Amino acid sequence: MNEKQAALVRQLEIDTNTLMEKIRQEDNIKKKQKLIAEREKKQRKLTAVRNNRIISREKKRDLVAYSFIAPNFIGFAVFTLIPIVFAFALAFMKWDGSNEITFAGISNFLRLTDDTFFLAALKNTIIYVIGTVPLTMIASLALAIVLNQKIRARGFFRTVAFFPYVASLVAITAVWSMIFHPSKGPVNYILLNVFGVAQENLPKWFSGNLVLVTLILFSVWKYMGYYMVIYLAGLQGISAELYEAGSLDGANTWQKFKYITWPQLRSTTFFVVVMLTINCFKVYDIAVMLAGGGDGKLSTSATVLVYYIYQNAFNYWDLGYSSAIAMVLFLMVLVITLIQFRYEKKINS
Amino acid sequence: MSGQKENKKFRSKRRNAIVGKTMLYIVLLVITAVMIVPFLWMLSASIKSNREVFLMDPFVWIPEVPKWDNYVKIWTKIPLLKFVENTVFLTIVVTFLQLLTSSFAAYSFAKLEFKHKNALFLAYIATIAMPWQVYMVPQFIMMRGMGLNDKLLAMICLQAFSAFGVFMMKQFYEGIPSELCEAARIDGMSEYKIYAKIMLPLSKPALSTLTIFTFVNTWNDYLGPLIYLKTETKKTIQLGLKMFIGQYSAEYGLIMAGSVVSLIPVIIVFLCLQKYFVEGVASTGLKG
Repeated sequence: MNEKQAALVRQLEIDTNTLMEKIRQEDNIKKKQKLIAEREKKQRKLTAVRNNRIISREKKRDLVAYSFIAPNFIGFAVFTLIPIVFAFALAFMKWDGSNEITFAGISNFLRLTDDTFFLAALKNTIIYVIGTVPLTMIASLALAIVLNQKIRARGFFRTVAFFPYVASLVAITAVWSMIFHPSKGPVNYILLNVFGVAQENLPKWFSGNLVLVTLILFSVWKYMGYYMVIYLAGLQGISAELYEAGSLDGANTWQKFKYITWPQLRSTTFFVVVMLTINCFKVYDIAVMLAGGGDGKLSTSATVLVYYIYQNAFNYWDLGYSSAIAMVLFLMVLVITLIQFRYEKKINS
Repeated sequence: MSGQKENKKFRSKRRNAIVGKTMLYIVLLVITAVMIVPFLWMLSASIKSNREVFLMDPFVWIPEVPKWDNYVKIWTKIPLLKFVENTVFLTIVVTFLQLLTSSFAAYSFAKLEFKHKNALFLAYIATIAMPWQVYMVPQFIMMRGMGLNDKLLAMICLQAFSAFGVFMMKQFYEGIPSELCEAARIDGMSEYKIYAKIMLPLSKPALSTLTIFTFVNTWNDYLGPLIYLKTETKKTIQLGLKMFIGQYSAEYGLIMAGSVVSLIPVIIVFLCLQKYFVEGVASTGLKG
């Protein structure tokens, strides 16, 4: 141990002792705790210096923890956090991606207010969310309840219900566009020949007003298996005793659902609805593949926000404007998530 | 008298139960049909000629002369093999990195104490509600600046470090009693060893669940590759298939054969891992 270290040790010893005195004299509990913590810190440093360690145990502990986080966090920070900050800034800029960036204030947002294509995209996205969220929630809950019964080949049925979620979107939208083909598809064939719908009244599933309905139906079909699994996990967390008690009190199936299953699943439903809302606002590929035709272009009747973000960025290279639309998307998701959180809190308390 | 009444009540109860069960199975059959018919139709159309695909009168599932050569032709009409190779490579690397880095980080968040823990975790949580589409454009500009445009590496960077994986694994690790780690620490095990020897072997359900999610998402991603991958030889199977549909929109049989091919890998992965799936979702706190 050299001179310098010895001096440091002496100084630290004095410090800890004076702190100890102060702690003894202090009456205020809060202040006392603060002093104790401070003394412990000094004490640790003292041991570190005494044992000739360069870094304290505390520092070493932090370093180990950071080494666990670093591989993911570095990637996450570079490829997610930085672009997010960039996105906020870009919404107030004008930039084509290669020339100089200029500050544009809120002009991008002002442009939005009278852009009919944007307004159509906003309207369609909102309709899609309002249609898809409750339908998917109800369908997946019903499916989960049915598939939680003691039935034969339960595993098989569950796998089948989850199948559309796993299946690749391009493949499965190709099938849908054939099955619902307005002139040749089997669905319209059945409507024509079995239900006697007149030729000219046959639904054009992928154009006009009907296209949003088709998108909603498709989404419910594709994603209900996913949320079903979440509900199944929730259902398995409900204790069987509750149902036994219900049976003893003579509750019928509906009453058991109303008074046991539904309240017990509240936090699961909350999670499902939040996730569904976020995911529905992101809709893009379904629309492009079902309603986009060969070149993947969407008309005003089928356009959605993400499509317009993509168009403005990668076709028109109007990056500021594209980011402004992205901000609208973000704000809607944020506001709705916050409302849901507050609602959940209110019910809980 | 009362015995008879009891008996009657019992019988009607049993009858109700039978009616209920029958209804249940009918509902199940309808659901199964709705879920699976499009897939059967896809399989059936993949071995038909273009004329037979929409032939309804009479409709047959298997044509008299199955056109198996749809499955041969699809490999030569487009560089499908290259697309499959790219996608398999991407999916395996992304899934591996995702599992490794997020379980690593999650261990630290769940079982270690350190400075700025809450702030760091908050950074992850805050981005979960942030759709990728909001920052995909600046992300692209940044990656282009790094010279990653039109490179598979860009897709790896994009998908391998999600907040979702960290969040999910952390929830799972919090369910494992800390006493296990404490005991190991007292025995002198390093944190790395505790992670590798104790935590990892216990996290099969969570890892399987995360594998399914990551694999499915990466395999089926469309918008990401659409933005980044421009050269034909670098495209993924989703892009390739979409391109094929755009070019040969009337080649129904071939489109369906290609679709079937694109489904097979995900389905294999799912079937292998599904036995842990519900358990995994339950234990990772995804149920809310």
